[in-house]
Amino acid sequence: MVISDKLDKFFDEKMKEYPTRRSFLVPMLLYSQDEVGYLSDEVIAYLAKKTELTELEVRNVISYYSLLHTKPMGKYHVQVCTNISCMLRGGEEILDHCKSKLGIGHKQTTADGTFSLEEVECIGACSWAPAVQINYDFHENLTNEKMDKVLDQYRSKAK
Amino acid sequence: MADLTTHPDEIKVVSKRFGQGAAEIDTYLKLDGYKAVQKALTMSPDDIINEVKASNLRGRGGAGFPTGMKWSFVPKDTNKAKYILVNGDESEPGTCKDRPILEHDPHAVIEGVIIAGLAVGAKVGFVYIRGEYRYLVDIMRKAIADAYAKGYLGKNIFGSGKDFDVRWHTGAGAYEVGEESALMESLEGKRGIPRIRPPFPAVVGLWGGPTVINNVETLASVPHIILMGGQKFADYGPPKNGGTRLFCLSGHVNKPGVYELPLGYPLKKMIYDVGGGIPNGRKLKAVVPGGSSTFVLTAEEAEQMNMDFDSFGKRGEFLGSGGVVILDDQTCMVKFALRVMKFYQHESCGWCIPCREGTDWLKKTLTRFHNGGGLRKDIDNIKYLAQNMLGRTFCPLGDAAAIPTMSIVDKWRNEFEMHLEGRPCPFDPAAKITELPVVGAH
Amino acid sequence: MAEVKNVTITVDGKQVTAPAGTLLIEACKAVGIEVPSFCYYPGLSLQAACRMCLVRIEKMPKLQTACTVPITDGMVVATDTDEVRQARKSMIELLLGNHPLDCPVCDAGGECELQDMTFKYGAAESRYMEGKLHKEEQQWSPVVFFDRPRCILCYRCVRVCGEGMDVSALGVQLRGSSSVIAPNEGDHLDCEECGMCIDICPVGALTSGAYRYKTRPWEMKHVGTICTHCGDGCKTTLGVRRSDTGMDIVRGDNRDKSGINGDFLCIKGRYAFDYFDHKDRLRQPLVRKDGKLTPTTWEEAIEHVGKRLREIRDSKGGQSIGVIGSNRTTNEENYLLQKFARTVLGTNNIDHHRTTDFAGFARAIAGKQNATATMRDVASAPAILLIGNDPTERHPLLAWNIRTNVRLHQAKLFVVNSQPIKLRRQATRFVQVPAGREGKLVAFLNGDDAAAGALTGASGSNDALKQLRDELKAQKDLVIIFGSELQGADIAALVKFGSAANAKFICLGDYANSRGAADMGLYPDLLPGYVALDGPHKYNEEWGSLSKTKGMGLQEMMQAAKGGKLAALYVVGSNPVVDYNFDPAALQNTFVVVQELFLTETAMLAEVVLPAASAYEKGGTFTNTCGDLQLLKKAGDITGIKSDFEIIVRVAERIGTEVRKLVPFGSGVRADMGQTRGAQSGEADRHSVWLTANNLEPRLSPFDPYAMLDEIQRLVPGYEFSRLSLLAGNDQHMLAAELSAAGAGDALVQIVPANDTLFTSGTLGRYSKTLNSVIENKRAPADKEVMAD
Ligand SMILES: Cc1cc2nc3c(=O)[nH]c(=O)nc-3n(C[C@H](O)[C@H](O)[C@H](O)COP(=O)(O)O)c2cc1C
Ligand code: SF4
Ligand code: FES
Repeated sequence: MVISDKLDKFFDEKMKEYPTRRSFLVPMLLYSQDEVGYLSDEVIAYLAKKTELTELEVRNVISYYSLLHTKPMGKYHVQVCTNISCMLRGGEEILDHCKSKLGIGHKQTTADGTFSLEEVECIGACSWAPAVQINYDFHENLTNEKMDKVLDQYRSKAK
Repeated sequence: MADLTTHPDEIKVVSKRFGQGAAEIDTYLKLDGYKAVQKALTMSPDDIINEVKASNLRGRGGAGFPTGMKWSFVPKDTNKAKYILVNGDESEPGTCKDRPILEHDPHAVIEGVIIAGLAVGAKVGFVYIRGEYRYLVDIMRKAIADAYAKGYLGKNIFGSGKDFDVRWHTGAGAYEVGEESALMESLEGKRGIPRIRPPFPAVVGLWGGPTVINNVETLASVPHIILMGGQKFADYGPPKNGGTRLFCLSGHVNKPGVYELPLGYPLKKMIYDVGGGIPNGRKLKAVVPGGSSTFVLTAEEAEQMNMDFDSFGKRGEFLGSGGVVILDDQTCMVKFALRVMKFYQHESCGWCIPCREGTDWLKKTLTRFHNGGGLRKDIDNIKYLAQNMLGRTFCPLGDAAAIPTMSIVDKWRNEFEMHLEGRPCPFDPAAKITELPVVGAH
Repeated sequence: MAEVKNVTITVDGKQVTAPAGTLLIEACKAVGIEVPSFCYYPGLSLQAACRMCLVRIEKMPKLQTACTVPITDGMVVATDTDEVRQARKSMIELLLGNHPLDCPVCDAGGECELQDMTFKYGAAESRYMEGKLHKEEQQWSPVVFFDRPRCILCYRCVRVCGEGMDVSALGVQLRGSSSVIAPNEGDHLDCEECGMCIDICPVGALTSGAYRYKTRPWEMKHVGTICTHCGDGCKTTLGVRRSDTGMDIVRGDNRDKSGINGDFLCIKGRYAFDYFDHKDRLRQPLVRKDGKLTPTTWEEAIEHVGKRLREIRDSKGGQSIGVIGSNRTTNEENYLLQKFARTVLGTNNIDHHRTTDFAGFARAIAGKQNATATMRDVASAPAILLIGNDPTERHPLLAWNIRTNVRLHQAKLFVVNSQPIKLRRQATRFVQVPAGREGKLVAFLNGDDAAAGALTGASGSNDALKQLRDELKAQKDLVIIFGSELQGADIAALVKFGSAANAKFICLGDYANSRGAADMGLYPDLLPGYVALDGPHKYNEEWGSLSKTKGMGLQEMMQAAKGGKLAALYVVGSNPVVDYNFDPAALQNTFVVVQELFLTETAMLAEVVLPAASAYEKGGTFTNTCGDLQLLKKAGDITGIKSDFEIIVRVAERIGTEVRKLVPFGSGVRADMGQTRGAQSGEADRHSVWLTANNLEPRLSPFDPYAMLDEIQRLVPGYEFSRLSLLAGNDQHMLAAELSAAGAGDALVQIVPANDTLFTSGTLGRYSKTLNSVIENKRAPADKEVMAD
């Protein structure tokens, strides 16, 4: 099994709540990605079978959503918002800072696989800008110094 | 977790339980939780709809459509399954109001969904939360499970003999999926491509069944309306603009935050009083009144606006989604226009030509322009492109991209001229300069 | 269906009346007002994506897409205002921004909707400074190429593949300006290779492996003719150029969309014409000399054949000669061949490769009125019962029509098959029966409940069978389609069941003119039109009296050969050695003559091999499996060959027949005025077409197949049709089966279905480069099929 039995059972339960087999596809993709790290060919084949869709159709869906990846990302995916509210309060500087600090650019991963970086669109933290999401965790009202601390925390967690 | 801020002018209706641990069902119950739905169970569907109509509640998702009226469009005599769909995709730049609701008061949303279901005869509701809000999905999952455990959801809710189910669902990163018909597509497991309308969702929606789609805040307001009475809620705001709403102040203000203020609240006060004014002794240049899709206001316009649907409607503009973004006088409007366009270019679903190609060319042109590679004819061209998108795209995303662009070109044309022909950005002289183009594309 | 009432709307000041609910774009078309569109395509789901069709409708706040708005009474529409024109122009400007503008080398140049619209609505001035996106062209399959920058994302290809073909091999990936059409296997396609996506692409984004970069559309002559592969009879337009050897067919498509196939063509119809110039094509007669087939002249070959056949006939009698006809030759040739056998060789020993029991079918419905359905009926009948066969593989047009009917008219489809064939996905009810028990199912339908015993065990429980029977009985205007699984008495039983409900029937046979072979009497016991030898008929009057003794069928000829009793075998366009496992050794002492395109296993045994024209190189008519008659039009000549018609006439002449008795051509021998030369001959030809249609044209040549058609029309029961309509390229339904007089049933003959797939087509398929390249390209077929969404 490409995903855990627990997750597979959970999918089966959730799928029952919908009138069509494919309805729960988007969350299934996201949750599978959370577990496996990315949407591998095997995950795609598994979900295609589960939803009775072609793999093509599953890929069509995956490629539409920006949170879904078919290539491995860093263990911690640093998503820096530079949309308007964040931009006005230094989001771009945070992004530049992360770039130089991590030594990687937009949609790149550090050599050790710990971090990947992405400039993202509004993450719903406008009143607490500038903000960054690392995996699903929000980090808000950031300054370069705070950002350093945040990254350091993750770096030590990774060890 | 997002910090909470307060201001004395706030009237806390939707936000009244914020910070009190109401995500826990027992706390929620202590704070009048699940009373509204029990009251609604004693009311007829028409009575519920009339109460909501009386409240003058208008959609908080951005379009401001009267909620009671929307509910009344759902056909009564149909044997198709009907659905309530909560739009928690919150992705409009500048908007972060559904987040505190889902975090602090998830049961209010559940309660709103049940009441909407009772009003239109639906038995199932879906709460769709954007994928980035994973912690809110977890909160909602727990809240739903707790409500089932108490018998507030499932079979025979509150012993009423009626059944009602609420399910949670998540997105995976796509602004367009906030558009109601694309939202349904996404919930059906597809790419978020909007649907052709008519038929409208109230008639043909999820899996072909009539579907009411409402924003999180809209539905979270409903239990309060049922409990306090529609009229009382309406009275908080000016005529036809019932109640209070959450405004997300952001950008160049001293006290950004989410504030619940009555509709009709003066924007000037919001900036200088609630928001504590512009930092660093700078002056106000512009205001985005309700998320990046709205017409951008100049300082002069902003200081005269009242924050209700009709004040904007009179001008042919929109109040939008509650995301109030303040720009100070050191902000480059060309850069701002570019950042906005970069967003729409990234988020266009790509279905229709004017939006897909228009946002792409606008982004390219604005990028070059901001980098000093602009030609005089580009200014008109930017406007021409936006004008030719407006009203012609498949869904309103195209309009949302065109509107701020057009208003910025119209109102800050001088800033475009300052960037012309190799001159560096006046607000960022260090920015790199691209070479002037010499040839056309075809 | 509920009555739809007409409404009247005003478009650009013109009144238009059409049924309520008609799409505005169609209502406009009806009065000659063109509303431009890219994404709208009749019959496919609505997209409203290209926004080209925006029009102004009074009382509506924004411009509306004419492709999605159903008309309502009193609607007032403007399609030609400055505002509308500007909207169109701006859409084209946006599209051209990234479009490569490589029109001079693009396959679609001259046939491109984007080009045409730019010409019409204007967008010549560029507003963009930045460079265009560039992407390398991709090859997705032997036949499909994709040039991404040319794609305008109208989604037609995706829809035709999914909705039309039920293949769903194309999708849309990514979003926004990165959106791209993607094939199902990442960088290549695994599909039916029908090429529908290429055909439907309004620009040159999808191009055909066979045609790309070969020519410009205006350098071709376009000849509308019939596909030469399966029995469905799709119309196909060949793009033809002259070449050193006579002609070069560079393209097959269905550009005029007027035939029974409308939009449709499968891989064979679109690409598999390419056997015609295979290097192994015979281009010179061969005569066996010193045991070896040696090239020779036509004179020598014909002389040899004529002389030998005459000797054999005169010494051993006609009964010692066998004749095998073809499922691929024209009606005129088939008719001529059996007439030649019966009147010149003096034998009823004539047969053909029977892929289904058309004779049994004719016996079953003889005397019933309007009992056969047309190919068009399949696309509109409210209910269809399909027993046996796998139309997706073997009758692609029929399958397309069934799917289209289910999709657009919610037709009910009932499928009975021993395999879970793909059409079950469109079926209201699918019942699987054990192979070979299809006849039991028919018995069950007729009320024999005991027959259920033989059927259950598979998916068909007793209940499912009963339900099927009840549902079928409740259908009005049912069309019943059956394959070679049903023969003889089973067909009769099925007809009995269906007739009670006024059903119409289609009997499915393989190959382009197998029905024509049957209708034209390539039978040892039946004259053209399924007329019994000993029954009353008109042929005696015209041909002189005929033997009433039934001749030998294919198997009997084989036996006779083995026993040394078949002195000569005359084979036209057939390969019995392979099809019927004919023992080559048995033919050692038989004088074998073969008219063929290629040196087949049978031809290799011949003493004389005569290189024949393919159906692209001659005119005539074909009758499809439903009984629809259509015109086969000559695309051009290639050197060295002769039509089967001409060969037979020449051989007959050598034997010493009065040719005019065989072919009733007019008095005074002058030239063939060009009717058979197809579109080459311009004005003169058009004039003669008209004359021909009105029967004013004297048949001047003994090689004129229309002279034979005159006789067919005169003598073959059921072959009633309008010449004008035929020559206009229309299909007309023949009632030969209904009007047949076959007499008592024959002992069951061996039916050998061809069992071709989408990618094979008997002998011809073996010489098609495209089919072979596709077969090679296919990997071991994994069980990939999934439910349609
Ligand atoms: C491009 C686009 C994005 C949208 N995004 C959201 C969103 O994130 N949340 C939301 O509630 N409404 C969004 N809307 C508005 C919805 O289409 C819809 O009007 C709303 O959910 C209805 O709820 P309401 O009447 O309660 O406001 C969006 C609309 C468009 C055109
Ligand atoms: S305007 Fe068109 S391309 Fe843009 S999001 Fe809507 S449908 Fe998609
Ligand atoms: S034809 Fe109407 S939008 Fe494309």
